[in-house]
Amino acid sequence: MPSFESYGDGIPGVSLEDLTGWLIVIEGTDGVGRTTTITRVRSHLERLGYAVAETGLSRSDLASRGIRRAKEGNTLGSKAFNLFYATDFADRLERQIVPALRAGFVMLTDRYIYSLIARAIVRGAEPDWIKRVYSFALKPDAVFYLRIGVQDLVPRVLLNGGFDYWESGMDLPMGEDLYESFIQYQSRVIEELDQLAREYEYETVDATRPADVLSDYLSRRIAALLEAGGGPAEERGSDGEA
Amino acid sequence: MNPPDFGSQPPGYPGRLFIVEGIDGSGKSTQLTLLAQWLRSEGYPVLFSEWNSSPIVKATTSRGKRRRLLSPLTFSLIHATDFSDRVEREIIPSLKAGAIVLADRYVYTAFARDVVRGVPPQWIRSLYGFAVVPTQAFYFRVPLDVALRRILSARPKLKHHEAGMDLNLHPDVRESYRIFQSRILEQYEQMVGEFGLAVMDATRPVEAQQRQLRRVIRPLLPKPRGRVDHALV
Repeated sequence: MPSFESYGDGIPGVSLEDLTGWLIVIEGTDGVGRTTTITRVRSHLERLGYAVAETGLSRSDLASRGIRRAKEGNTLGSKAFNLFYATDFADRLERQIVPALRAGFVMLTDRYIYSLIARAIVRGAEPDWIKRVYSFALKPDAVFYLRIGVQDLVPRVLLNGGFDYWESGMDLPMGEDLYESFIQYQSRVIEELDQLAREYEYETVDATRPADVLSDYLSRRIAALLEAGGGPAEERGSDGEA
Repeated sequence: MNPPDFGSQPPGYPGRLFIVEGIDGSGKSTQLTLLAQWLRSEGYPVLFSEWNSSPIVKATTSRGKRRRLLSPLTFSLIHATDFSDRVEREIIPSLKAGAIVLADRYVYTAFARDVVRGVPPQWIRSLYGFAVVPTQAFYFRVPLDVALRRILSARPKLKHHEAGMDLNLHPDVRESYRIFQSRILEQYEQMVGEFGLAVMDATRPVEAQQRQLRRVIRPLLPKPRGRVDHALV
């Protein structure tokens, strides 16, 4: 039995057997505190002896540069943007995530297909179409969706340098100024993530809690999950001792 | 989850979209050029649409090819990205404006090429679900030997992906190209019935093919609105 399966037909030419690692996804909208949480969870897991790797949106070798350029000029149609992100995701899946899982790493992933699907839908993509596009993705071992209401999100974003053009959906006809647009856009994204949580059955975590409480909770949850799966690789490898 | 695959939506624009498809060396590009000249002389606004035209996506595609970063999946997605930009920002607006859009290769090229690379046929058909269905697509059928002779006699420098070298079919580039083209040919043959491609006998003389092409296209054209050669280029 393969340790991983995909939502659809899998990745062309890539065997999903012998993937012994864990794929853990932290989802949530912009500014919800994913980066802080991941940093803390990572050091906790490393203290426990796990080999941990990280990846996040638009960090691919192949497409990150092109996406950045396209954003600077706002020069791509919305479908092309969605597919560019899908290209970036596919490249990271094949060249970062799968190799890390093959090597037995715990892959902490800062957002996954759910955010990409949510953002695409808010930008007008047909839901069934974009879900089918991403159906090559692997089903993670666990997805934790850091949820926050948009009113709780605003002060955090202000503390972290203010509203970003894209995170405010300024490319969309939504409200007159950055603030209005941010509220509308983020509300829509959160709505979609809520909806996807039901469909893809991932766990919603209250992200209004203080950062240390939140990361302690997630560290414990993820450590328990990994423990149940056999613990760090060297213990899983040595017969009878674990 | 059952999104519409390519082909399930009617076009519904005032313009017309004609496609030529076929393997390299089938002579389809020559036919399309002749067709464009004729349509312009008849007073129609004509737009030529080509693969790999969006500058930003093109930079990523070239980088991926040059550095051998592309897998079957990312190869497929990056070409779909480029294609979608072309559909959204070039083809659809031109069709809305009433132009005759001529495309040398269309979704069928991606279906043939990507499926040969191992991408699931149903997935690729729904990936391209956004593409406008052509008024008519023409498939230039040519025996493999004939096409290979036309292409290889010119002693071309075959590119890595063009020759299907990424599939490890054969260590020799020309041999790999032969095998790759033969598999693509099989895919085209399967698509004739699936998508109602009009089959052209690409071994016939150029003029005879062109006459046949015009005969099929003429009744599909809108009434010319007068000489508007300069409206679109």
